[in-house]
Amino acid sequence: MTEHIAIVGGGTGGTVLANTLAEKLDAELAAGEVEITLFNDDEDHVYKPVWLYVAFGQREPADGRRPLREVVDDRVTIRQDYVVDVDYERKKLELVDAIDPAPYDKLVVATGAQLEPERVPGLAEAGHHFYSEEGAQALRDGLLGMDGGHIVLSVVGTPHMCPAAPLEFTFMIDDWLRERGRREAFDITYTYPIMRVHGNEHIAEWADPRLRERDIGIETMFNAEAVDPEAQTITSMEGTELDYDLLVAIPPHTGSDFIESAGLGDGGWVDVDKHTLEAVGFDDVYAIGDAAKTGVPKAGSAAHYQANVVAQRLASELRGQPATAVYGGKTICFIETGMDNATFVEFDYERPPEPSEPTRAMHWSKLAYNESYWLTARGLL
Amino acid sequence: MTTSQNHTEADTTVDARGATCPGPLMDLISEIRAVDTGTVIALLSDAEKSPTEVQEWADESGNEVLDIADKGDHYRIHVTKR
Repeated sequence: MTEHIAIVGGGTGGTVLANTLAEKLDAELAAGEVEITLFNDDEDHVYKPVWLYVAFGQREPADGRRPLREVVDDRVTIRQDYVVDVDYERKKLELVDAIDPAPYDKLVVATGAQLEPERVPGLAEAGHHFYSEEGAQALRDGLLGMDGGHIVLSVVGTPHMCPAAPLEFTFMIDDWLRERGRREAFDITYTYPIMRVHGNEHIAEWADPRLRERDIGIETMFNAEAVDPEAQTITSMEGTELDYDLLVAIPPHTGSDFIESAGLGDGGWVDVDKHTLEAVGFDDVYAIGDAAKTGVPKAGSAAHYQANVVAQRLASELRGQPATAVYGGKTICFIETGMDNATFVEFDYERPPEPSEPTRAMHWSKLAYNESYWLTARGLL
Repeated sequence: MTTSQNHTEADTTVDARGATCPGPLMDLISEIRAVDTGTVIALLSDAEKSPTEVQEWADESGNEVLDIADKGDHYRIHVTKR
């Protein structure tokens, strides 16, 4: 009898998982004992970090997008559809377009995170961002249309994808303007919802003096309550109001509606055992990447490492062996500190991040990684 | 504010146990956005710094921490939206 592995979501986690499983289960796939199906509602695989560079005119949107079929192993079936619900008793997935539900024996949820700027009045109309292809292009045009003024980078929602990205953008815009000899014509303000400049204390301690030495204004404990697009102001729950000429926001994020409708977790995030990545309270269901509540950042590297762990666990389970692979929280992040310098952090559940002194070599390492990402997605790197 | 056992009745509970700082505070802020003024929220957190962070944020934002109870393996913090 064929064992069905269903993966919902074709981002970094889902794609790495599908490709790693295809390699691990080569013999079982050839014998027809296993079938791997990847469900995704987009025909493309998207590498979102490219959009940060699109905002500065350094990459084109097409650089972050490739057909999913090109990056997924041929042994994996791709179904372009949207999974709306799970029948746990019959072990079937209900789909938007398909008449018949799809069977599964093992289910992995890798549905990522989505943007919800409309949660803050005025934000969708007025707030630029670099968290989507269209958003990054609009931000690029907005930046190019400015001769001077006040740029406000406001971290409105947490958790959000890539916790380093707001700092990266702030360091990059400062450097970008200095390179063009225009920094004196601009004020830059960075806002963060809690009492320090980053959620992680170690990153905050590292970043705070670097923001200040570049004359970047800091507003902590700033939880955006409303944006007035006409008056060009953003106000916080704590009573602070900022005028802006260009507002760059990290919009509120939520998980997939599917997770709510399938009863897998509140807010679109799946409660998981942070070591095994099994969904709490459900048999044969895993969650990885942004969708999983593990406590680690919503970062592609975390999704990648989690996918490797789940691939090992699934292979063991299918072979009747004890599943021993566990996720230790490993995450790595490059952090751009300007247009040609970057640092790097590696951390896990036990060890905090320790940013090193930024170097040009690390910046080029990040750019090299961006180029080689497509090998990562294919499970080769 | 008390730091012992408390008996405050909460209108709603945010269970942020398992989340690391500042996750519990952000979960609380998210809930405060959603509820009416006067609502009492119970925040459950096992993050060491939550009592300090919640108090600091409440002071800054004008909300009120009613009490903080150490339940052994987690804190139960009552906050009223003002």
